[in-house]
Amino acid sequence: MPENMIDQIRENVIQGRVSSDDEGMEEGMAGQPGVTELVEQALESGVPIRDIVSKGLSGGMDIVGKKFEAGEYFIPDMLASAEAVGAAMDILQPRLAKSGIKTKGTVIVATVKDDLHDIGKNIVTILLRGAGYVVKDLGNNIDTQVIVDAVRDEKPEFLGLSALLTSTMARMEDVIRSLEENGLREQGKIIIGGAPVSDEFARSIGADGYGADGFQAVAVVEALTAEET
Amino acid sequence: MAREGIHVERPYERLNKDQVELIHQASMEILQDPGLISFNEEAVNIFHSHGAEVESLGGDHRSWHVKLPEQLMTSALKSVPKTVTLGARNPDNSLVMNGDQPKVYLITGSETNIWLDVEFPEYVHKSDSSKKIRVPEFKPRRGMVEDLCQSARVCEHLEMVDGFIRNVNIQDRDITPENKDVNKFFASLNNNTKHFMSGLTSLDQLDNVVRMAELIAGGKKQLADNPIISFITCLVKSPLQFVDDTTSTFIEICRRGLPVAVSSSPQAGTTAPIKEAGIMAQINAEVLAGIALGQLVKPGVPLLYGSVPVRARMDTLSDSYGAVETSQYNIDCVQMARFYGIPNYSTSGVCDSKIPGQQSSIERLFSDIVVAMSGPQYLHCAFGLLECNSVFSLLQAVLDDAHFKMIKHFLKQPRVDQTEIESVLKQIRSVVDTPQKLYISHIRPVLRSGEISGLYPFEGSGETDQVFELAFDRMEELLAKPVQHIDEETTARIFAEVPGILPRLNVYERGS
Repeated sequence: MPENMIDQIRENVIQGRVSSDDEGMEEGMAGQPGVTELVEQALESGVPIRDIVSKGLSGGMDIVGKKFEAGEYFIPDMLASAEAVGAAMDILQPRLAKSGIKTKGTVIVATVKDDLHDIGKNIVTILLRGAGYVVKDLGNNIDTQVIVDAVRDEKPEFLGLSALLTSTMARMEDVIRSLEENGLREQGKIIIGGAPVSDEFARSIGADGYGADGFQAVAVVEALTAEET
Repeated sequence: MAREGIHVERPYERLNKDQVELIHQASMEILQDPGLISFNEEAVNIFHSHGAEVESLGGDHRSWHVKLPEQLMTSALKSVPKTVTLGARNPDNSLVMNGDQPKVYLITGSETNIWLDVEFPEYVHKSDSSKKIRVPEFKPRRGMVEDLCQSARVCEHLEMVDGFIRNVNIQDRDITPENKDVNKFFASLNNNTKHFMSGLTSLDQLDNVVRMAELIAGGKKQLADNPIISFITCLVKSPLQFVDDTTSTFIEICRRGLPVAVSSSPQAGTTAPIKEAGIMAQINAEVLAGIALGQLVKPGVPLLYGSVPVRARMDTLSDSYGAVETSQYNIDCVQMARFYGIPNYSTSGVCDSKIPGQQSSIERLFSDIVVAMSGPQYLHCAFGLLECNSVFSLLQAVLDDAHFKMIKHFLKQPRVDQTEIESVLKQIRSVVDTPQKLYISHIRPVLRSGEISGLYPFEGSGETDQVFELAFDRMEELLAKPVQHIDEETTARIFAEVPGILPRLNVYERGS
C-alpha cells in the first residue's frame, strides 16, 4: 500500500498534476487525486515523509528531467511537475523538521525596485520549489531596504535578484552594497538573472552566480549548495 | 478517405460581386468579338455543331475564326462537375474538391529542365583558421529520370505536399519523344502514392499511359472510380488561340473521361493587357472556352479551371512570377472559378530568384500566403521551383514544406464559442488567484493537441544561420526513407504491356 501510494505520487508528479482538477498528460486523469491529495493521503496512512520526498517527489522530478532532456517534455511540462512538487512541499514543510529532514535551503527572490517584470522570477520560483528549496517570493518592484530586512529576518541560504530593464539592473548592485553595509553579505549566496544581465555583470557587481534562464538558475543554486556541503 | 487540405473559411477576395459580374460579361463579349482563333479543326467542328460561328482564315497555317455565343457557353458550362475527385495509389491521399468550397490542396509543379544539385564546401577564415563556415554551392545540370524518382520520393514524405505534378523534365539520352510520357508517369507513380498530374508530350502515348494507370488502379472501372492520374493541358496560346496539337490531346483525354486542368498562362503586358481588368477578362474567356470544349466533347468530364496568369518583367519582358500583380491576378482567377463553381487550379510560390536564398524566400512566401488565403482548391505552389519554374531544387522543396506548415496553421479558423469562452474565463480566474500568476500549466493540453504552431524546423543554434544545412540534412533523411513502390506483379504486367519504360526503373530487376 505505501509503495503503491509513492508510485502514484511519482506518476502524478510526472503528469504535472497538482490536484484532482488538473488534466495531466493523459486522457481521463481529471477528477482523480493529484499530488497534493495523494500526499495528504500518504501522510494519513503513515507513509514516511522521507519516502514521500525522495521516492515520490524527487523520483518523479528525476524522470521529468530525463523526459525533458530527451525532447519528450517541454518547459510547460517541467513547470507543471515542479509546481506539483512545490505544492506538495508546502504541505510537508511543517513536518519536515519534526522528521529530522533538512530542506535543501531557503531562497529569497525579488524583482528589484522600479521593475515590474516578474515572469522570469516566477518561473525560477516554481522550479526552485520543485527542486526542493523553500522559496520566499517578495514580489516585484521591491525596495532595497525590504530585501535587506528579509535577508536579516529569514537568514536564507540564497538571494535571487531579477531585473528586465537596463535601467533597473543597477539596483542589483545597490542591494549587494546595502547587504555589505549591514554586515549581511556573507549570510548567503546571491544569484542574479534577467534579460539585460550576464555572467560578466554578475561578477562585476560581486554576485555569486548568474542564471541565463530558470533551469540554469536552479543548476547554479544546486552547484553552490553542493560547494557548501 | 481524402486528404485534409486547408479549409479557408473566409477566403480573401479582391473583387466585389459587381466586378466579378463585369469580368464575366467582358469574357462573354470577348468570346463573341473578337472570338477565338483555332488551329485545331476538330475543335472548330465541335463548336460549329453547337452553334458557333466559324470562318476559315487564309494563310500558310490552317486556322479558323470561332465566335462563341453566350448561349453556347452557358449551356456547355452547365454540365461541368462542381465536385472533382482526384484519386491516388494510396486512396487516403485522394483529393476531393468542390468548386464552391475554398479548401486548398498544395501541389508540386511544373516541368523544369534544370536540376539544381547542392554541396556544402567548408570555408576557413583567412586570419583565424578556427573560424569555419559551410556555404551552399548550387550546381545546375540537366534533369534526368532518376532525379524525377528522387523528387517523387521526397515529395511522398513531405507532409504538406498533397499531390504531385511532375517537376523534372527527363532528358536522359535514352529518353525520346516516343517513350518520354510512359517513363515520366512510371517514375512518378512508382515513387509516390499521392495523386499524379502531368502534361502529355505525345498524344500517341495517351493510351499507354492510361493502360499503365488502369493496371495500377486495378482495372478500367477502378481507374474511373479512383483516377490516380490527371492531365494538364495548355490548349490556349494567349491571346485567344487554340493550339492544334494540345487541343487534340485535350479532346482525346476528355473522351476517356479522365480529369484535366484546362490551363491558360497569359502574360500581362505582352500576350494580355497589362491592366488587371483586361488580363482577367481575357484569361477567363480563354479558360472558359477550353472548359466549354471539354464539356461539348464529353458532358460531365471533370475539369479544373486552370489559371497561370503572370506579369511581364519590364527589363526583359520575360515572366515575372515574383511581381505582386501576378498574385493579384491569381487571386482574381480563384474568385472567378468560384463564381462558376468550378474547382480552381491556381499558382503561387513561383519566384524569379535563381537559387534558394533570401529573394526566393520572400517572393514565394509572399505569393504562397496571399494566394492560399484566397482558397483555390488545387494550388500549384511551386515546391522547389526557381527561376520562373525552369529550375528544380530538392533543398528548396524541403524549405517550402516548412513554410507551408506555417501557412496551414495560420489559416486555421479561430476557436471562439460559448464553451471556449467559459473555459478561458475559468482559467483566467484560477490563474489570477495563484501567487505566480502564470498560465504556463494550461499550455500543456493545447501543446499536445497540435493547436500551437511548432518552431521553425531549421533554426540554427547560437547566432549562425544554419537553415540550408539543416534543410539539407532533412532532405537526406527523406531521401533515405523507403517508399511504397508498385507491387512486383503489377510492375511486371506494366513492363509487359506498356512499351518503352526504361528497364532501370524496374526496382525488382535491379538487384538480380
